[in-house]
Amino acid sequence: MKKYTDTGKKDTRSGFGAGLAELGKTNENVVALCADLTGSLKMDEFKENHPERFFQVGIAEANMIGMAAGMTVGGKIPFTGTFANFSTGRVYDQIRQSVAYSGKNVKICASHAGLTLGEDGATHQILEDIGLMKMLPGMTVINTCDYNQTKAATIAIAEHDGPVYLRFGRPKVANFTPENGKFEIGKAVQLTEGTDVTIVATGHLVWEALIAAEELEANGISAEVINIHTIKPLDAEAIIKSVNKTGCIVTAEEHNFLGGLGESVARVLAENAPAPQEFIATKDTFGESGTPAQLMEKYGLNANAIKIAAEKVIKRK
Amino acid sequence: MPQNTQQLEDFVTQVRRDILRQVHKVSSGHPGGSLGCVEFFTALYQEIMEYSTDFTMDGINEDLFFLSNGHISPVFYSVLARSGFFPVEELNTFRLLDSRLQGHPTTHEGLPGIRMASGSLGQGLSVAIGAAETKKLNNDTHTVFALLGDGELQEGQNWEAIMYAAGHKVDNLIATVDLNGQQIDGSTDDVLPMGNMKDKFLAFGWEVLEVEKGNNIVEVIKGLQEAKKLSGNGKPVCILLKTVMGNGVDFMMHTHAWHGKAPNDEQLEAGLQQNAETLGDY
Repeated sequence: MKKYTDTGKKDTRSGFGAGLAELGKTNENVVALCADLTGSLKMDEFKENHPERFFQVGIAEANMIGMAAGMTVGGKIPFTGTFANFSTGRVYDQIRQSVAYSGKNVKICASHAGLTLGEDGATHQILEDIGLMKMLPGMTVINTCDYNQTKAATIAIAEHDGPVYLRFGRPKVANFTPENGKFEIGKAVQLTEGTDVTIVATGHLVWEALIAAEELEANGISAEVINIHTIKPLDAEAIIKSVNKTGCIVTAEEHNFLGGLGESVARVLAENAPAPQEFIATKDTFGESGTPAQLMEKYGLNANAIKIAAEKVIKRK
Repeated sequence: MPQNTQQLEDFVTQVRRDILRQVHKVSSGHPGGSLGCVEFFTALYQEIMEYSTDFTMDGINEDLFFLSNGHISPVFYSVLARSGFFPVEELNTFRLLDSRLQGHPTTHEGLPGIRMASGSLGQGLSVAIGAAETKKLNNDTHTVFALLGDGELQEGQNWEAIMYAAGHKVDNLIATVDLNGQQIDGSTDDVLPMGNMKDKFLAFGWEVLEVEKGNNIVEVIKGLQEAKKLSGNGKPVCILLKTVMGNGVDFMMHTHAWHGKAPNDEQLEAGLQQNAETLGDY
């Protein structure tokens, strides 16, 4: 099985900041808006280098989304930055009408998604945002897995004409995808080849899936790990192809099992290649305070949980 | 474009007929607020704004207009059509299946003249501010106009936007508030008293201009011209436009009853009799 190396732990939000800084140099139409979280979103470099293209809107997310929609009129490519909770739930109708229905080229960039926000607790730990965003017609939904991929995705979405939701997080996690790798929206990345079980993961759970696959291999189980960074449009072809080979699947995400990646995969399989599926996700619950590791353990979102789910789903074949 | 007051008044009368006929045909839509804003739209599109009817979404080197209270789409559609953005006959398709003239304005169906969807209230001012900021980045000295309903100011997003526009000196923006004092459930004072609107905008740091006769085409044009003179001086400009909901159709005036109700056959006839055909019905 192909092995991956962590080149040093980094936060995905810093990947966003690096990507945005790069775009500042290469694309003069890129503008950035932030709702009083410049440091948390790692937007400082863009702000310092391009103050005229940086718009501090204050703690006023609804106005930020509306302004971003308006800024596209005249050719700008706005990137909005705040926490995932305030990027989605708080401004759902603004995104729905002013961005998605109006077909505006706005990039909604959301940090601190999911449980790994940690100690701040459930008010800030949104576990419903993927569902909210994927239901909007025309919205592209991306959840990146590490620093390098987040940087690449940030750069890639500037070239995509249409609204995008880019989801990333707070903690420092393994950085294992290629530096300056090409990011193809909607294209799944197969990380390992396997024959017994397909593990489809997104965001922080991708690295956990790779650890699980190694442990499964030690037990004589061959797992095919696929990184689904784009939840919408979903790479159905890659999922169907893999499940036709392995006959079962585990989906893994830092999100509620209602509305998340797992449900999107289940729909694709139900229509094309019905197979047993286990869901690594939160189960219709809010989060709570704790360290990221404690929370991922308590809510069953780590390598061990993926391994157990894989063993279980194989028995259901 | 019409050059004299009589021509502008003829335009206004014809737009009123268009509004009544649009909503009557489909027994739905919002005639009250539409009728109250006919003079404003006429002034904007026939006298004030610089624009091309060869529509582009980006509107570079043009003045832009954003309608926030999208339910008054009948007046917007009529004035856009009669200003040359699309065939006047298309007003016949208002609110019908597969029409570009949706119940509330949208970019989704590609209707020329529309740059954002509106209908869910409170969002238009933010969008207009964004467009104004882009004009500044593009060194485009044209003006961004917006229209908001007065009841709509109960939506909190407006006050985020009002605070931003003054705080960041968005002075290429002229936002007009249609002060007709009515909303669906009754008068704005009965539903949610909003206090002194002029004092509020002044306190937020805007230039404020009051137009007492918002249904007098000459006065509206004067007000908009004055607002343009006030813009470019470090402050966004607000026009408080006092209008009468249902203006021009006597039984629809001074009441919220016709906010979202279409006339029946007899009522249409009565309304049209008060507004004789001028430029030709579609």
